[in-house]
Amino acid sequence: MNWRPDTYTGWGRALSASGDVARPERQSTLDALEVAPACGRRRSYGDACLNDAGRMVDMSRLDRVLSFEDGILHAEAGLRLGEIMRLFAQQGWMPAVVPGTGFATVGGAIAMDVHGKNHAAGTFGCHVEEITLLQNGKRVTATPGSDLFRATVGGMGQTGIIASAKMRLAPAGGSAMSVHERRMENWDEFTEELANSQAPYVVGWIDATARGAALGRGILEEAAPVDRNPPPHKGPKGMPIDAPGFALSPAIVRTFNAAYFRRVPAIGRRVTRSFGDFFFPLDRIQDWNKLYGKKGFHQFQCVVPDESIPALRQMLEVIAGSGLASPLAVLKRLSGKSAGMMSFPMEGLTLAVDFRAGKAAETLIGRLEEMTLDAGGRIYLAKDALSAPTTIDAMYPDRAAWAAAVAMADPKGALETDMTRRLELRRT
Amino acid sequence: MSETWLILGATSSMARAFVRSVSERGDAVILAGRDIVDMEASATDARLRGASDAVAMRFDARDPETFGPLVEAMEAREGMLSAAVFVGSMPQQSAIDEDPSLIDGTIIDSFTGPSRLLQMLAPAMEARGGGTVVGVGSVAGDRGRVGNYVYGAAKAGFHTYLSGLRNRLTRAGGHVVTVKPGFVDTAMTWNVEGMFLVAQPERVATDILRAVDKKKNVIYTPSFWWAIMTIIKLVPEPIFKKLSI
Repeated sequence: MNWRPDTYTGWGRALSASGDVARPERQSTLDALEVAPACGRRRSYGDACLNDAGRMVDMSRLDRVLSFEDGILHAEAGLRLGEIMRLFAQQGWMPAVVPGTGFATVGGAIAMDVHGKNHAAGTFGCHVEEITLLQNGKRVTATPGSDLFRATVGGMGQTGIIASAKMRLAPAGGSAMSVHERRMENWDEFTEELANSQAPYVVGWIDATARGAALGRGILEEAAPVDRNPPPHKGPKGMPIDAPGFALSPAIVRTFNAAYFRRVPAIGRRVTRSFGDFFFPLDRIQDWNKLYGKKGFHQFQCVVPDESIPALRQMLEVIAGSGLASPLAVLKRLSGKSAGMMSFPMEGLTLAVDFRAGKAAETLIGRLEEMTLDAGGRIYLAKDALSAPTTIDAMYPDRAAWAAAVAMADPKGALETDMTRRLELRRT
Repeated sequence: MSETWLILGATSSMARAFVRSVSERGDAVILAGRDIVDMEASATDARLRGASDAVAMRFDARDPETFGPLVEAMEAREGMLSAAVFVGSMPQQSAIDEDPSLIDGTIIDSFTGPSRLLQMLAPAMEARGGGTVVGVGSVAGDRGRVGNYVYGAAKAGFHTYLSGLRNRLTRAGGHVVTVKPGFVDTAMTWNVEGMFLVAQPERVATDILRAVDKKKNVIYTPSFWWAIMTIIKLVPEPIFKKLSI
């Protein structure tokens, strides 16, 4: 009764897998399962959470808070970060790092070593104190400093099923976010302001369709927590059906982006937002991934070191010239502080852009990957669906060491996923 | 005034969602079920979500020895006493066809076990002059169908019991809500074929709590099951007996 056949996708919906899925509701049920890779709420875009023709353990029902003392939270792996934020904000705490969606789970945040809008804090894994792994029916704990820990954080679930973890929460510092929004007229202004910003939380929306003098224009959001009543959180709106193809045609996206840019007055504005609305703006539209229609979409996300910022500008030119970009594009800073061998962040700038899936997008993303590699940067595996083994090998210098640690943790390769097979990540 | 909820079958996902809802209101919970280790984790979760108190205690519908300590633990609490019943078991009808003795266990788990405990608890609730009993039945109890009639019969019995208990407790200021869920996405239904319009346990918990607050007598959750079951109940028996739905 534990396993049931299912067909499922990652968040991008461009790739899918068919196989048996179990969804244990108790730790004892999890312990008794035959070993298989695990996933959370499937918020990684590509195939990191897919195991075609194999098995997958869905951890979403193991989502309890197991203890909270002195700022250290012990939680089951399926607990959503948005839920942690909701539960602990009133007591004055929040997760030290959250990604752009509150649906990401503790296990997923560790497995992808996610980053947030507060780049100075480093990645999620920097705040993890202990991880309980299930390795072939046996429970093992990994603590910072060990190879197992560094292979687990950002390790895409390959060292064992993450059953629970202890993490340091951060003082929330307020009850809402005060956000300063400013228009950035072009690339140079945008990158300079990003470099100079002293705000604890900084994120940029970038108009990936603007060209010429407006290339790289966007809106910079600098935010800090304040003690103020946030405006009421609007309930989630649903996206009941797949959007038709023309919804994201170049003309519509350009028009939308221009309007979105002008939404913020030329002199800028200060607004108060609830934590949820600031950290997880897209969560307000449930299943927004259906916006891209049945074929799904890809997100390209790269980071390049500061000296390669001109190369990032060229990439944006290529994107703007392609007419393929969607309105969802983000530019922000990252720090080199991360906790795993396969962690994505490095000191520099990161750009993320969505494209509707298709031949043209694949070609474009292939080109962007090459440019990233030439710029000494790397792409984010949580978003990837298209890359190749040699590319990833060149971008992640610790991959071989990681594969060696993983081989010890999972000698039979029982935790391999579609992603690890496609990218030959575990090759030793 | 503080309220304590006795949760029978606390390891089920519907119960967990309900426990979270009442915890966030600051109520106390006694989690009752067979898997103490699992319920200890849920109890901590409940406390950290705001429950004024949360403990785990053993309850086995087939072991009446476990009933007394639960009733005593409830009587020892101050304030209003309430109970929510999420227990039940649903063997495949085909398994019952092969081994008819499975009927006994199904009836105990889904009907007589929890009813006996509620019967023991009722005097204390009456003495306090209030409190709510939430009894989770099933749409399967509304009409016997070829694919699931033993479970359906057990739930139908439980519905009738709840109706009578409502009649009794209302006189003492208490209330009973009969909950008839349709298909809910739980471990019990994970690998059952032919499910449709499946609801999440959180949705069911929200519906139940609203029904408690509004003192509803019988609810379907999600509510559209009321329409479906009304139609199914209206089909004349000469026709119904030939259908397989």
